[in-house]
Amino acid sequence: MAIKSQPRVRVPAQAKAGEIIEIKTLISHEMESGQRKDAAGKTVPRDIINTFQAAFNGKPFFTAEWFPSISANPYQSFFFRAKESGEFTFTWKDDAGAEQKASAKLTVA
Amino acid sequence: MPLHLDATLVPTRRRALKLAGLATLAAVLAPRMALATEAQVADEIKKLFSGKAMGEGKIKLDLPEIAENGLVVPINLDVESPMTEADFVKSVHVFADGNPLPQVLTYRFTPESGKASASARMRLAQTQNVIAVAEMSNGQLYSAKAQVKVTIGGCGG
Repeated sequence: MAIKSQPRVRVPAQAKAGEIIEIKTLISHEMESGQRKDAAGKTVPRDIINTFQAAFNGKPFFTAEWFPSISANPYQSFFFRAKESGEFTFTWKDDAGAEQKASAKLTVA
Repeated sequence: MPLHLDATLVPTRRRALKLAGLATLAAVLAPRMALATEAQVADEIKKLFSGKAMGEGKIKLDLPEIAENGLVVPINLDVESPMTEADFVKSVHVFADGNPLPQVLTYRFTPESGKASASARMRLAQTQNVIAVAEMSNGQLYSAKAQVKVTIGGCGG
């Protein structure tokens, strides 16, 4: 099953060379922990986004591995040192191997 | 209070209560109270890092002292480092020693990160310690620990 939710990403559009910018991301997902039981007493199978990766001009610079202790609709913020203009690619990957991507442009003055 | 602990992991608790009734629900949930203990987690962390010594400091672990909702507990960490090619924070691992599955997250940083800092939100099943272990590019380890009191549904913790 693909990840249907459209992720939300907040990246400053412009930065000075050498500036450290903060990036905030949010994606809707149940993050089913695999610990829960349904009303019939059957364990609800685990289904989480287990990897998030941020890359700039194709080069990954930040990776987060998530476990079932991560809250539903996972939020992640992190930093990046701006050097040159280019494009960010953000990738979320779930247990089934499905991916969701988002991108954002950065202009370095 | 097993029912309250489980409630954090069962968003549909209210619905389940209606269906099953309190007593049956408690009976169904009781056998799976497989929460980790502090000692177990400390042991596991040691194994994971093959018993290497861990320094104190360097990590700023920012957590609420009291979390009203164990389902969404903000965590913000910041590791002191120049983040240059020669000296940067390689990874940070976070554990919650009272959760059924104590591993929470792992961050992998690079010098391009500029700052070894990140925020996320996690689930905490009960009042417990949150432990962060940072691995530097030269292999040195640092750890930090903070306790979070978890209150659920206003019934005290």
